[in-house]
Amino acid sequence: MPGVVQALQALQALQAEILIPGPATNGEALVLAAPISFWGGIDPFTAAVIDARHPDRGRNIAGKVLALPGTIGSSSASAVLLELVRTGLAPAAIILHEPDAILLLGLIVAREMGWQTPMALKLDRVVQSRLTGQITIDAQGRITPARPDTPPA
Amino acid sequence: MTSLSDEERLIAAGTDGSAMAMRIVAESARLLGAPRLLPVASAHIDGALYHGDAGTLFAEELVRLGARTAIRATLNVGALDLMGCSKSRLTGSDRDMAKRLMLAYEAMGCERTWTCAPYQAGHRPTLGTDVAWGESNAVAFCNSVLGARTNRYGDYLDIACAITGRAPDCGLHRPENRRATVVFDVAAIDPVWLASDWAWPVLGTLFGRELGTAIGVVSGVAGPVSEDRLKAFGAAAASAGGVGLFHIVGITPEAPDLATATGGADAGPLTGTIMVTPAMIRAAQAGLSTAAGATRIDAVAIGSPHLSLEELESVSQLLSGRTARVPIYACTGRHVVREADRTGLRKALERLNVIIVADTCVVVTPILPAIDGVLMTNSGKFAHYAPGNTGYGVVYGSMADCLESAVTGRPVMAESGVI
Repeated sequence: MPGVVQALQALQALQAEILIPGPATNGEALVLAAPISFWGGIDPFTAAVIDARHPDRGRNIAGKVLALPGTIGSSSASAVLLELVRTGLAPAAIILHEPDAILLLGLIVAREMGWQTPMALKLDRVVQSRLTGQITIDAQGRITPARPDTPPA
Repeated sequence: MTSLSDEERLIAAGTDGSAMAMRIVAESARLLGAPRLLPVASAHIDGALYHGDAGTLFAEELVRLGARTAIRATLNVGALDLMGCSKSRLTGSDRDMAKRLMLAYEAMGCERTWTCAPYQAGHRPTLGTDVAWGESNAVAFCNSVLGARTNRYGDYLDIACAITGRAPDCGLHRPENRRATVVFDVAAIDPVWLASDWAWPVLGTLFGRELGTAIGVVSGVAGPVSEDRLKAFGAAAASAGGVGLFHIVGITPEAPDLATATGGADAGPLTGTIMVTPAMIRAAQAGLSTAAGATRIDAVAIGSPHLSLEELESVSQLLSGRTARVPIYACTGRHVVREADRTGLRKALERLNVIIVADTCVVVTPILPAIDGVLMTNSGKFAHYAPGNTGYGVVYGSMADCLESAVTGRPVMAESGVI
């Protein structure tokens, strides 16, 4: 019943605003339960959440479609994200409630360095909470549940 | 949408280092919602502190592409003490990459200041000047005490602004965003306490916790406040809450009176008044210590922000020839070290177990011995970052109490407990 599946997917599709463009991607959704500071909150060498007070401590953001309900500004957040991009441990995509220019600077610089850069999208934190399981994002920022035959990124 | 001038567009379309820097500034402006770029007169660069190889490769790419700073640019601390006063335990590749990072920034024409207190090393933009500064304490001092205008420019954007001489026109560059919306009233606090050095990091910590990133004006302070005290206040406020601009009625240049600081009759309403009580002060002070019950200390660290020459001289006066039982790490800039070398102060202090730390500091690079120790400090900023970054427990006290404690090896709280 492919028609039914497509109809369901259409119902669940979300259109996000593109903050930093990038190639289409897919991955497992990881919606953080609380705002995070990348500096001091994410290990730049392993991509693990290391903030001792964060509810998602121990999860790993590498390769995930990472949804952030909020970010806590640190001047060095961009450095952590840039290091993750360089070593291939960046999220598959980053979804923000509102733009964080300091964090996204890590992606802007990564692109200037010619490194493969994940896209960044803007999506309300209430809507973010609906993201679950494997999801696909096309280059226009349309978010859908991944089709069963889509291999992980 | 950010609109660029013809000249800016032309530069961004190029292939050299200036082009890369202009694209980074323009993209940041777009994300910040800035309508345009504005010229900036100077920069203070925080990007030369090693956080991983990516930062080094970026800086070296800019050098390879011929990037040079277009405006005065001073350097914040790096991960290594290039003056050789102290030794970081960074080794191997990390040490090499940290050194290459520092040299790349020097190669782009940045001044070798290597201090988090550039405003005490001769870099003092004047009232109303737009600049692009990084390092949270320097940003707070620059906006609040000098009255120059800057947002907080973090890693990579700081050097891009220095190369292009441009910054996104938004935030604290715009006068309408600089007015205080909250009054922080200290009239109920003992003026004798307010006239002590150690009051100011505590007050700054409370201010930062209460204000977050909102702009506040302190009222009820009588008499002049020294620059070193304003430095300590701003650093504590910035690390405790993200404060980038504060006003103090009668002290800071944009607050000759309360009405001016809050924007006058035409401004929007105040969002609140905080009446500071002695109990709030005691709670803020208690929160700075994580090892309050310690019966011994392993080290003392002072100098965040970097010590001024006057502060370093006061160390000598307070020790008055007594050798410390535990090492005193005194962090400062080379602008102070040069003077201290000239007068013999550095050698005299080193004989008393004071370790001068230049170009860097003990919470950004591993200088303290790797032990499960207790650190005593008079700095609100060290107190905030030392537990996470060094693993040491912290006891907070005044400069005099820190030095007495270093002499005896036990926490001495002669003056720090009283309000």
